[in-house]
Amino acid sequence: MSNAPQSSQGPALQNEGPVTRFFRATEINARMLGMLAALVLIWCVFDIASGILRGNFGGLLGGSFLTPRNLWTLLVQTSSIAIMSTGMVLLIVMRQLDLSVGSMLSLVAVSGAVLQVFKLVPVLGVGHPAIWIIAVVACIALGTLIGALNGAVVAYARIPAFIVTLGGLLAYSGLAFYLARGETVAPMDKTYEIFGGGITISWLGPFWSWLLAGVACAAIVFGIANGRRQRLRFKFPLRPMWAEVFLAALGTAAVLGTTLVMNSYPWPFKLIENYAKANNVVIPPGVEDRDGNAICMAGEQVVRCADGLIYYTGFSVPVLIAMVVGLLMTFLATRTMFGRYVYAIGGNPEAAELAGINTKFMIVKGFALMGALVGISSIISSARLNAATNALGGLNELYVIAATVIGGTSLAGGVGTIYGAMLGALMMQSIISGMSLLNLPAAFQNIVVGVVLVFAVYLDQLYSRRVK
Amino acid sequence: MAKTSAKKAASKKLVTPVKSRKTPLAVKGRGPYVKPDGRDTPLIEMRDISIAFGGIKAVDHASIDLYPGEVVGLLGHNGAGKSTLIKVLSGAYKRDHGQININGDEVTINNPRDAKALGIETIYQTLALADNVDAAANLYLGRELKTSFGTLDDVAMESEARKVMGRLNPNFRRFKEPVSKLSGGQRQSVAIARAIHFNARILIMDEPTAALGPQETAQVGELIKQLKDEGIGIFLISHDLHDVFDLADRLVVMKNGRVVGTANVKDVTKDEVLGMIIAGKCPKGAVPGPGALRDVAA
Ligand SMILES: Nc1ncnc2c1ncn2[C@@H]1O[C@H](COP(=O)(O)OP(=O)(O)OP(=O)(O)O)[C@@H](O)[C@H]1O
Ligand SMILES: [Mg+2]
Repeated sequence: MSNAPQSSQGPALQNEGPVTRFFRATEINARMLGMLAALVLIWCVFDIASGILRGNFGGLLGGSFLTPRNLWTLLVQTSSIAIMSTGMVLLIVMRQLDLSVGSMLSLVAVSGAVLQVFKLVPVLGVGHPAIWIIAVVACIALGTLIGALNGAVVAYARIPAFIVTLGGLLAYSGLAFYLARGETVAPMDKTYEIFGGGITISWLGPFWSWLLAGVACAAIVFGIANGRRQRLRFKFPLRPMWAEVFLAALGTAAVLGTTLVMNSYPWPFKLIENYAKANNVVIPPGVEDRDGNAICMAGEQVVRCADGLIYYTGFSVPVLIAMVVGLLMTFLATRTMFGRYVYAIGGNPEAAELAGINTKFMIVKGFALMGALVGISSIISSARLNAATNALGGLNELYVIAATVIGGTSLAGGVGTIYGAMLGALMMQSIISGMSLLNLPAAFQNIVVGVVLVFAVYLDQLYSRRVK
Repeated sequence: MAKTSAKKAASKKLVTPVKSRKTPLAVKGRGPYVKPDGRDTPLIEMRDISIAFGGIKAVDHASIDLYPGEVVGLLGHNGAGKSTLIKVLSGAYKRDHGQININGDEVTINNPRDAKALGIETIYQTLALADNVDAAANLYLGRELKTSFGTLDDVAMESEARKVMGRLNPNFRRFKEPVSKLSGGQRQSVAIARAIHFNARILIMDEPTAALGPQETAQVGELIKQLKDEGIGIFLISHDLHDVFDLADRLVVMKNGRVVGTANVKDVTKDEVLGMIIAGKCPKGAVPGPGALRDVAA
């Protein structure tokens, strides 16, 4: 039986329902599907609510949430937390925790900014191409170093991660304050600002965005086909063909849909105007509206722009970075020894040690990786703000942990996925952005995020109890 | 290393034949057990091992040895220190006192990696499986097969796992499930597969058949005989006197952390061994250890 290719695996279940068969054949995690459904629901609710409270701004359901503009911003805002959550997943899976990521982000960002503004610029001059490179390398290196320090204390001094990183939370934010002398360090290097996604050259534009989407789709199809070929070669049970096609279609549709939305968000009016002026693009005279702005038509749409002159943003650099990090981290978690050991340690630390895994060094590496990701996020955050302050990463540790847990990572260790955590980050950011779109006060936003966090874990408990 | 073992395991036999092993055994091609009295250097010699947890002397100046191709049964009441003693050998615990020799040379075993590098494989009483990953991942934990890109070769590992498990436990199908979802016996099979799959020259089995059904137990018995024929030394811990008498050449009884005595299986009766385990009485046919009742042993 085990040597012949077949359409289903495990003990054959003859009389299973179509839903069970669907999930089993496609190997889609029902939990993840639930999370996606919740995400879509949240988006729809915010779109409808914003439509009722604030009027129609071109949202899919008559509000202002499901607009290219809002979704585009949402992704940019999610990227920093999403990047850090991929590292937090691995730490929590390994039964560790890092409470210091927020303070660490502030410290790294401030250090990077001080290095740029007070050390590099006076020596190299404003805009020197080496500045951003040195700053980026320094931020990631510093993050890695601080993370490794956290990990070394946890692993070799045997102090629980909760305590070590709680100490880090206080100490690093104190250090950041001391370094910045409580002030805002600015401005960042112009090229460095690209990482924030706030300036026109940090946007890919429709052509490159579509090209990238095409490559991604090809990769998805190739990946699925290759997996099937491998299993055929070893005569393992195969997924039914319809399930393979379904998965490929789902993946490519998600990629193309996202790209379409990103490519529908036009540059803000001012930027188009500036760009046109700077690049000698002729701005044909537009019709003036009541407020004296030039307006024009883009297809059916009235756009506030120098008529017809419209540029679309496409993917922005921080979102691309987050996607690349997500891919690399997924690869690390599922395809490498490092990832395998992370999960094994989480499943049974003693067994991992007995199997000859150097669990202490693994813990150091896990924290160092977390630190490197904090370094990347600190670059994005400070570039986006075009400044660094000692409060830049405030509360980030809690958002990152919340995103990770909402994304299905078990605090007991051993269970968690990268994509889950990134989805968790997206869900949390959606709630925060949605509520600020509804002009709800920040205090209220925190209340809701807190409730959602607890509720998500509760749902997870219900789900896993049912599965068992 | 991992690559070669994968290829080897693909050969018909469950266990790699002696000749193809990388690490030369002390006595090559040595047949079944010959009484070792002073003839060869022992494969393993643990001398005067002591280890205490807090105030409890879990193992107290215990000495045991093991010859190539020999099965030594380790017996004793619950908490006698059997598992602790072998965990010193497997690198799980660091001894407080004592010396370990392999083929007459002193070796340092500070952690499980050291022990594995010396060809010591262990089936732990607790099985020591990572519950959240599947059988193949557990089988290769710590020595994963890699593709030419350096990534995990999951298909190859699953393929090997299917072969090994197919021989140990032919009814086993659940290769995609985390081992936490397996039955006790299936988990034990995975642990056994892991210990025998990697060219061990010393095998430690701590109650390997405790959770197995009769058919699977018989299979493990066959396996032990086969490994022994290949010159591998085996420590077998068991509470089943019948099994020990059936499979072991020699037995060592422990009581309260100390060795009561050592005997060739054919020189003692089951009742005498029971007396050793329960009362610490060392019979005529056995060599008394520090844990033997002094006045009775004569
Ligand atoms: N990690 C530990 N920490 C503290 N005490 C321990 C530890 N491991 C074992 N002990 C103690 O050492 C003694 C010997 O335990 P061990 O597990 O070696 O017994 P055993 O002979 O294997 O028993 P069993 O037949 O029940 O498996 C016991 O008293 C036990 O409580
Ligand atoms: Mg024991």
